[in-house]
Amino acid sequence: MNINEKLSTLKYNKDNESHLSVDNDKCMRCKDKVCTYICPANVYEWNEEKCIMTIRYENCLECGACKIACESENITWHYPKAQYGVKFKNG
Amino acid sequence: MSNKNKTEVIVVGAGPAGVSAAITLARSGKEVLLVERGDFAGDKNVFGGTIYTEQTAEIFPEFWKTAPIERAVSSQKIFMLTDNSSVQFEYKYEGEANAYTVYRSKWDKWCVLQAQKEGAFFAPKTLVKELILDNGKVVGIDTGMEKFYSDIVIIADGVNSLLAKQLGLRNKIKDKDVSLSVKEVIKLPKEKIEDRFLINENTGAGCKILGGPLKDMMALGFMYTNKDTISLGFSAGIDDLKKHKIIPYELLEQLKNHPSILPYIKNGVTVEYSSHLIPEGGFNSIPKIYDNRVMIAGDAAMLVNNVHFEGTNLAMLSGRLAAETAIDALNRQDFSASVLSDYYKKLQNSIVMKDLETHKNTIDVLRKNIHALTSLYPEFACEFFDILTSADSIPKKVKYNNFMKKFIKHKGISSSFPLLVYVLEKCIKK
Ligand SMILES: Cc1cc2nc3c(=O)[nH]c(=O)nc-3n(C[C@H](O)[C@H](O)[C@H](O)COP(=O)(O)OP(=O)(O)OC[C@H]3O[C@@H](n4cnc5c(N)ncnc54)[C@H](O)[C@@H]3O)c2cc1C
Ligand code: SF4
Ligand code: SF4
Repeated sequence: MNINEKLSTLKYNKDNESHLSVDNDKCMRCKDKVCTYICPANVYEWNEEKCIMTIRYENCLECGACKIACESENITWHYPKAQYGVKFKNG
Repeated sequence: MSNKNKTEVIVVGAGPAGVSAAITLARSGKEVLLVERGDFAGDKNVFGGTIYTEQTAEIFPEFWKTAPIERAVSSQKIFMLTDNSSVQFEYKYEGEANAYTVYRSKWDKWCVLQAQKEGAFFAPKTLVKELILDNGKVVGIDTGMEKFYSDIVIIADGVNSLLAKQLGLRNKIKDKDVSLSVKEVIKLPKEKIEDRFLINENTGAGCKILGGPLKDMMALGFMYTNKDTISLGFSAGIDDLKKHKIIPYELLEQLKNHPSILPYIKNGVTVEYSSHLIPEGGFNSIPKIYDNRVMIAGDAAMLVNNVHFEGTNLAMLSGRLAAETAIDALNRQDFSASVLSDYYKKLQNSIVMKDLETHKNTIDVLRKNIHALTSLYPEFACEFFDILTSADSIPKKVKYNNFMKKFIKHKGISSSFPLLVYVLEKCIKK
């Protein structure tokens, strides 16, 4: 079962605005790019060509791992606005 | 509430900590507003898991009669995995269950309903953006759209606690002090679950999994039976995930497909994937948990005993003790840090701090011996059974000797069981 299949089991209310953001310059200098593999929802993907971080915020599980793992404290992390984001039917 | 936007106590977060704070306040006739960012309490929350009977019943007497519980745990199992084999221990018992499996979405919702029945005011769909400060003292909450004021705020906003951070009571969490967990809820016919876990209609199993795909990390797998689903997942220290460059959902697949785990979930359908953090830093990571007009409870205060898999119970107890302190402060109309420091004293005299202090250094010891614990022990256990049960042409004496030589070669083991190693060494020398 791949990550997209896993994420497809979830209900989301998608906001038009992202609740996550990064400073791309810092990411450019970041060697490990831990956010791109530690995120359980595969939200972050580094675009080598454009030198920007693609953030699929709409898949976020709101766990907080990326914010703690990023050593340069480069992730501006908020909860999505009330009524937006993921909704767990079991938990 | 007298004034529309002013109440005696605001509790932020309707998890186990917040709800027990709110219900305790309501029961003693205090005005309490419980705010929660979810559409209802529970729809943002994830755990393993089980709630514990005794401490839960202190807040919700005889909850098992009406609460949405899944199964009463009557079997506890430990799996020690190698890459392709395992040794399993099971502890089975009869009588009163000391733990129940629940779904957070249903359980948290039910708890809040009880608090509302007792007089707590509940505001779902309300995200607290920040605390309102007046001369550095907390006087209320700001949702970005509305402001609410109170004499005391109890922060119970969970492991990420952005609010404790705002107050400077918590620094950035260190990655070794927190675990990331991922989990799947896997649907199967009820009878299949009962047959596979050897449980009956209402009883259930809780399993902890060491080693195998989770080896050499501060990581633990878990498996819990619900009525017609199995919750299967693991948690692992963020520092270890980084060190080994782990992709959590891929590791979860490896765990699901391990030959000793797969038979339990075979032909099941994953109905939900989820993820959450666990504060695992223990005693040494607990921040200052009170100040003027404010207290912090539950995961927000890092009150988890990960050696014994306890979180909800400590959250509920700390929420209650914060509320009791607030009641006293309200009666005295003194909300100063010196009065609220009583909360810390109450925690120290309770099982919360006592147990966390007992395990103050346990995590460091486990961390140091993690290779032994998650790689060597499972291997040795499996090898031991293999020697015990395999009939072939190698003389037993040769097998025993090889096993023991291998066993004492490893420093991890010898430092954990010095006496045993000493005895074994003597045996071999003979
Ligand atoms: C995978 C996993 C397995 C676990 N297994 C077990 C187990 O088997 N047994 C056990 O006892 N414990 C277990 N735990 C631990 C347990 O879940 C926690 O210790 C417990 O939930 C902590 O309760 P809490 O009320 O402090 O925080 P939470 O349960 O996290 O509640 C915090 C609440 O605050 C809300 N909130 C957060 N920020 C805001 C804001 N700004 N405004 C409004 N609302 C906000 C959240 O939506 C949430 O409802 C497990 C945890 C995990 C992750
Ligand atoms: S870990 Fe932090 S700095 Fe590095 S790529 Fe990710 S967000 Fe950027
Ligand atoms: S909060 Fe969790 S799910 Fe969301 S982006 Fe960060 S790591 Fe991924």
